[in-house]
Amino acid sequence: MNWNKKENLFFTLLSSIGTNVLLLAAQAGDLILFILRALVRSTLSPFFIKEHLRQIVVIGWASLPVVGLTAFFTGGALALQIYSGGSRLNAESAVPSIVAIGFLRELGPVLCGLMVAGRVSAAIAAELATMKVTEQLDALITLGTDPMKYLVAPRIIITTLFLPLLTAIGNVIGIYGGYLISTERLGFNPHLYLESTFKYIETGDIISSLTKAAVFGLIISSMGCFFGFKASKGALGVGKATTNAVVSASILILASNYMLTEVMFKQ
Amino acid sequence: MTDAFEERITLETKDLSKRFDQKTIFNKLNLKIRYGKSIGIMGPSGTGKSVLLKCILGLMDYDGEILYKGKVLVKRNRKKVFDSFGMLFQGGALFDSLTIWQNIAFKLLNNEKKISKKDALKTVIGLLHSVGLNENVCNLMPEELSGGMQKRVALARAIADKPSLLFFDEPTTGLDPSTSFSINQLISSIVKKEGITSLVISHDPESIRKICDEVIFIENGSIGWQGSVSEMEKSNHKLLEDYLSPKKIT
Ligand SMILES: Nc1ncnc2c1ncn2[C@@H]1O[C@H](COP(=O)(O)OP(=O)(O)OP(=O)(O)O)[C@@H](O)[C@H]1O
Ligand SMILES: [Mg+2]
Repeated sequence: MNWNKKENLFFTLLSSIGTNVLLLAAQAGDLILFILRALVRSTLSPFFIKEHLRQIVVIGWASLPVVGLTAFFTGGALALQIYSGGSRLNAESAVPSIVAIGFLRELGPVLCGLMVAGRVSAAIAAELATMKVTEQLDALITLGTDPMKYLVAPRIIITTLFLPLLTAIGNVIGIYGGYLISTERLGFNPHLYLESTFKYIETGDIISSLTKAAVFGLIISSMGCFFGFKASKGALGVGKATTNAVVSASILILASNYMLTEVMFKQ
Repeated sequence: MTDAFEERITLETKDLSKRFDQKTIFNKLNLKIRYGKSIGIMGPSGTGKSVLLKCILGLMDYDGEILYKGKVLVKRNRKKVFDSFGMLFQGGALFDSLTIWQNIAFKLLNNEKKISKKDALKTVIGLLHSVGLNENVCNLMPEELSGGMQKRVALARAIADKPSLLFFDEPTTGLDPSTSFSINQLISSIVKKEGITSLVISHDPESIRKICDEVIFIENGSIGWQGSVSEMEKSNHKLLEDYLSPKKIT
């Protein structure tokens, strides 16, 4: 009797885990199909040039202040931390190269990705979800326009192309932040600081930085579009879509960051 | 003999059924819309009229078949078919990131024909006048208009590309009596004079009388009554009678 109950509980648990795993797998499959479909359709005409241009402004230009400020303050903080850590091993002179390499390979793309994820995937998800619940997506279809091409493709293409650019700008500002704090506050010689900054930077660092950023851009935009399109009715659905988009984009950015680092890691 | 008759059916549903999870909305509906005719669909709120329209437009999955000019509609051929459809959504569904004129001209500017911006603007102004709006709304955003004005803009957008089959989901709800009157007038002139085939969902018997040739009354997920508009007035179908002239609750 008692044992039976336990067995029941066990099976309930097992089946609920199974259901959830299946659901997750189905959603992951859905998502991958969604991205592939968007990428394929974005290469077929007609192209909505004006929509692409609009997204450059909305996604690229409007993200600049956020990315710039984040990078500047983080660069400054990083210089201070490495200085205080480095001074324990008499390695203060490593500040310029660690700030530069750390920013390029890791902090630049990840910070930029996370900040833009908060801004852009939320905005995309909220906009598309609102369009879904107010039947604007349906209206688009009945007017003979494919929402994949008109809405999804411009967002994915522009975010994927412009996140590397934003990251590059963020890298420069971050390294500059480190430079400013080191020279003004820690007494580094400006000339020597810049010299040792550039001495250790390799092309590989830059490629790694921009590759990561492009992948993060794809993640950010496709999460926004996917959850926006999947939204259920009502204001609640819009809120849920937004949260899901930001959370999953952030997690995927951090997870893929580790995997990309592992792939590009050189001993 | 029947062939000539059958030929003139523009749209037909065969055993069209729709359910959400366990809830059946309608079951095995068989509708026929004849060429050049206007069919009205009435029925209590929540009977699935809007859902029916979305199924016909392929915006929702369904069971059964929908035929347009004798051909079964599938995902692949819908895009082409949409070129000759026009649809007015119950809530208007204007694009809120575009101005009024861009909304109305959307299909004109984005389809293959690609007319010039100047011609499109001229058409838009003509359409605005015909739905009783002034051209100074052209550069406003949808949220700057009242609900009734949005509905009229949505109507202008639906008819902008001169569709040959028009769908209206409650064209006059949310409008004041005089605007309702003029919208009914407008739709009936488009539909009757130009002989456009249409399907009108409406709670407003006045719309149905003015615009439609035939009426279908849906109750409990199937066709409860069907006939011409003049037959509708004389019908002694219980629910239809109640629907048309509700008794006062005392
Ligand atoms: N996406 C959906 N998911 C689940 N149920 C839905 C969905 N859309 C509509 N329904 C249900 O289908 C039924 C019919 O809805 P529909 O909007 O077609 O009604 P209607 O006849 O147009 O009513 P009204 O005259 O008020 O516009 C409703 O009970 C509604 O709850
Ligand atoms: Mg409805």
